[in-house]
Parts: sequence; C-alpha cells; structure tokens
Amino acid sequence: MIGNEVATGDSLIHSLDPRVKIVAVCLFSIVVAVSHRFVVLMSAMGLGLSIILLAGVPMRQLVRRLIPVNTFILLLWIFLPFSFEGEPLFSLGPLVGVREGVLYAARISIKSNAIVVVLIALVASTSILTLGHAMHELKAPKKIVHLFFFTCRYVDVIHREYVRLANAVKVRGFRPGTNMHTYKTLAYLVGMLLVRSSDRAQRVNNAMLCRGFRGNLYSLSTFSLKAADVASLILMLALMLALGVLEWTKMA
Amino acid sequence: MHISEGVLSPSVLVAGAALTTAGVAVGLKRLDHEEIPSAGILSAAFFVASLVHVPAGPASVHLVMNGLLGLILGWKAFPAILVGLGLQALLFQFGGLTTLGVNTLNMALPAVICYYLFGWGAKAGTRQHVLTITAFACGSCAVLFSGVMVGFSLYLTGEAFLPAAKLVVAAHLPVMFIEGGLTAACAFFLRRVRPELLEGQYVPKSASQF
Repeated sequence: MIGNEVATGDSLIHSLDPRVKIVAVCLFSIVVAVSHRFVVLMSAMGLGLSIILLAGVPMRQLVRRLIPVNTFILLLWIFLPFSFEGEPLFSLGPLVGVREGVLYAARISIKSNAIVVVLIALVASTSILTLGHAMHELKAPKKIVHLFFFTCRYVDVIHREYVRLANAVKVRGFRPGTNMHTYKTLAYLVGMLLVRSSDRAQRVNNAMLCRGFRGNLYSLSTFSLKAADVASLILMLALMLALGVLEWTKMA
Repeated sequence: MHISEGVLSPSVLVAGAALTTAGVAVGLKRLDHEEIPSAGILSAAFFVASLVHVPAGPASVHLVMNGLLGLILGWKAFPAILVGLGLQALLFQFGGLTTLGVNTLNMALPAVICYYLFGWGAKAGTRQHVLTITAFACGSCAVLFSGVMVGFSLYLTGEAFLPAAKLVVAAHLPVMFIEGGLTAACAFFLRRVRPELLEGQYVPKSASQF
C-alpha cells in the first residue's frame, strides 16, 4: 500500500495534539531554512534528533525516509565544492575543491536533514487523515482540506487499479523497452487510468450526494489541548526563539 | 524534480510561496464544491501516474504529466498539484514543507501556461492531427518550463548553483520528448474513449452538469 506505516505508538510525541505538532514542525522548518550559522544548524539537528528519539521511530524507517533528500544533496555535493572561489582545500585532477564550497554544501546537508528528521517525527507519529482534520482545525481553506482527503483516500485505490492494468499488459506479453510500442502502451495505460478514475469520481460523487453531502466533513475524534500540549508548544516556541536570537546575534 | 528542504535561499522560498498562494487562490475560486471529488480523484490519478517508470535507453524516467494535468484541469492544476506534492512530502519525504511553494509553482505554472498556449487544441471539433500536435507541444513544453524553473530557482539562490542548475535543465531535455509523445498519445486515447474529460475545461459550467 502507498502510504505511511500505521502511526501506532505511545510515546509523548504520539500523544501530543496534532495541531501542536503541525505548528511546531512548520515553525522549526521555517527557522532552520533561513538560518546560516553552524552553531544554530547543529543545535537544530540535535533538537531534531532528540525529537525523533523521543518519538521512537525505528532506525530502518528513519534511514529509508532520509534517502530521497540525501540523493538530492549528493547531487549538490558533486558541484558545490568546485563552484566557489577562495581557499583551495583539495583537488581532483583539474578541479579544485574550495573551502567555502565545502562549507556551503555541509551547511545545506545539515539544514535539510534537520528539517526532514522533524518532518519524519511528525508523519511517523500521526496518521495522514488526522493531519487533514488538524489542518481543518487550524483553519486551512476548506476546499484544500477536502481535496487533500479525497486524494489521500483514493491514491491507494487508484494505485491498485494501476497495478491491475500493469499486470494485464504483462500477462499479454508486454515487455517495456525504448520503442514507440512501449510509449504508446504506457500512454494508453495512463489514459485508461484517468478514464477509470473519472468514472469512479462520478460514482463517489453520486453516492455522497445520496447521503446528503453538503460540503462538510465531520470528524469523530475531537482535539483538545492538554497541559502537555501547551507545555510542548511553549517549549518549542522558546527553543525557536533561542535559535533565532543565536542566528541574529551574528548579524549584529 | 523536487527541490529538497534547506537548499533554497529565504527570498526564493518566500517568492515561491507567495506566487503559489495566488495561483491556488485562483484555482480554488474556479473549483466548485461539486467538483472536489473529481479533482481529488484526478489528482490521485496523476500522483499514481508519476510513479510510472518509462524506459529511456539504459535508464528510466518517471512521468510528470503536468502538461496533461493542465489540459484537463486548467487553473485547478494549482490546488491539485499542491495537494499532490504535499502528500509526496508527507508520505515519501520528496520535497518538503518549506519548499512546497516553490515546487508547486515550478510544476503548476507551466501546466497553466501550456493550458493557455495549447489548450485550444483539445476543444471539441479540432482535427485529429491538430490535437496530436498541440498535445505534444503541451506535454513537452510543460516539462521544459518546469526544468527551466527548477534550474532558475537554484540559480537565484546563488551563482554557485549554476552548474547544478544547468545539469537539471539538461536532464529535462530528453524527458521532454518522452513526455510530449506520451501526452499526445494519451490525449488521442482520451479523445476516442472519453472526450468529455479533455473538453471539461471548455464546456460552460451549466452545460457540464448532468
């Protein structure tokens, strides 16, 4: 199934109000994304790691989820050390690695990993539909939240549909290669996927209208702020403020 | 290609987020309540289509299909892509929260531009070869513009990104032809099987309700 592992667990992070988690993660991401100083970035990384330890995310899951961001970072490491001018650090044939470039790449690596680690703590401790309800509670536009729910709900259904179509062409002896036949087959497959999806959308819409859908989604669970939620939010705000001050004192 | 967290400069992030907010606002204005299920399910379909790997010589590329998305959804491509990318960030950690604005803009703006440039070819009654040519142009230009915008976002962050930005644009060039071909074939298929899906954007609102 496409999607995250079921968010089970009983750590402190799991039991926090999802609204608090969303606000905290957004705040953290923004503060870290605009920071430059290594002290700030390293403390952010430390904070991120302690949050993820607290959430008890399995190591394997953490590593697997860190792969996409680090592939992109790897691409930058190929170029960045060589595209600055300054104090040479090492050389590879005609290319000279420059101190500033290496520092810049290192800064980006710490930054992205810190942000993504905290994001992983969020998604590993909250189910995706709960996040949708929390966004609604945080007054995100209603249409966006509805769109989010429908997409979440149907990604898996449509993925199964795709697997079915892919199996159907495989059974008929289709072997993908670099040729027109492959491209045409895959294009028709995507087309069929769209046709089936739009049929399904029509049926879902009719079914919802039959059940009296008038543009409101109701959640069975209600959120409530507990003392621990308020305390964590205040702690997070204080820490972010501290990072901000640490970052800003460089400028002054 | 999604830009990861922590790479872009704050000004690029803010500009991307602001422009995406504007685009999403326009898209949401055009999205009626009755259309939300179909827009949501179509954006799920495009999410799945982006997992399809197409062989290209020794490597394989994954589909983007933002041209076709623009053709079918018009301005509604903005909210659809925003939700799709948000979901990818949450589920697979492709892209991220702070880069959501820039990444959405890089995918959705080309979709909308191509919808205005080439969308007329998908209207009912255009000839078969006109549809094929405009759909090809739509699919390939959308990917090309996306590549250029990704490169430009990197370049605006700092001169040092220029080589990486060039590589990103160069990598999009072969993909462009594959995307164009697939979009054309897909539009041809939809015209024969389900023309209303292609023409949805061009039918007056009242007439499309059945």
